[in-house]
Amino acid sequence: MTINKTQDKGKLTISIEGKLDATTAQEFQDVLIPAFDDAREIVLDFEKLTYISSAGLRVLLAGHKKSFAKDVPMKIINVSEDITEIFTMTGFASILSIM
Amino acid sequence: MNTISERYAKKLEAEADIENLAEVLNFINAELPSHSLKLRNSINLAVEEIFVNIANYAYKPDKGGIAIYISTEQKVSIKFEDKGREYNPIERDDPDLDGPLTEREIGGLGVFLVKKLMDNIEYMRVENKNILVITKNI
Repeated sequence: MTINKTQDKGKLTISIEGKLDATTAQEFQDVLIPAFDDAREIVLDFEKLTYISSAGLRVLLAGHKKSFAKDVPMKIINVSEDITEIFTMTGFASILSIM
Repeated sequence: MNTISERYAKKLEAEADIENLAEVLNFINAELPSHSLKLRNSINLAVEEIFVNIANYAYKPDKGGIAIYISTEQKVSIKFEDKGREYNPIERDDPDLDGPLTEREIGGLGVFLVKKLMDNIEYMRVENKNILVITKNI
C-alpha cells in the first residue's frame, strides 16, 4: 500500500494505492486520524484502492467518528465497483459520505 | 460427503501471526491461477478475516500454529485448523447494519463478510482443534 497526501489550503486529499488489509490498516490509521487536527476537509481518493478488509473498514469507522467529533467533513471519492460492493454489504455505504 | 473430512490437495502450516498473512494468501492464490479476479478477491477477503481472527484470538497471549488446506476441484474448499481456545465464528451475532456501528460490532464484521462472500461455512470442534471450512462455488 502507498499513501499520498495532497494539501490544497484546508483541504487534505489522501490517496491510497494498493490493499487496505490487516497488515496495512494501522499505517493508514496513523496518517488519517492525526490529519483531523489540522485539515478543514478530508478527501479519501480510493481510485487505486484494489482491496479492503474489515481492518480497513475499522479505520474508516474511526475516521468517520473523528470527523464528527472534530466537525471536519470526510468524503470518499473514486470508489471502484468491487469496493462499493463491500461498502454496501457491510452497511458502510449508508454511513460514509461517498461521492 | 462432509466437507470437514474431505481430502485436500494442498496444505500449509504456519504460525498464526499476522506477519504471515501474505504467505497464506500467496499459498491460496497459487491454487487459483485461472479463476476470476472477483472470485480470488472474495476468497482472499474471507481467508484474511479468518486467519486474522485466529492470529489475534486463538492462542492469546501465547503463539500457536495453524494448518490451512485447499482443494479447487468443482468448488473451492479451504479448511483452517488450530489448537487454540474453542471458538465457533458461525455463532457470532451479525452486526446491526441499520444502527450505528460500534467497535464491538466491527469485530463481527469480518465474520459477517465471510458468511456473505462464501457459499458455505462449517465449524467443528474435534480433539481440541477448531476446524473451520469455507466453500465457494466456482
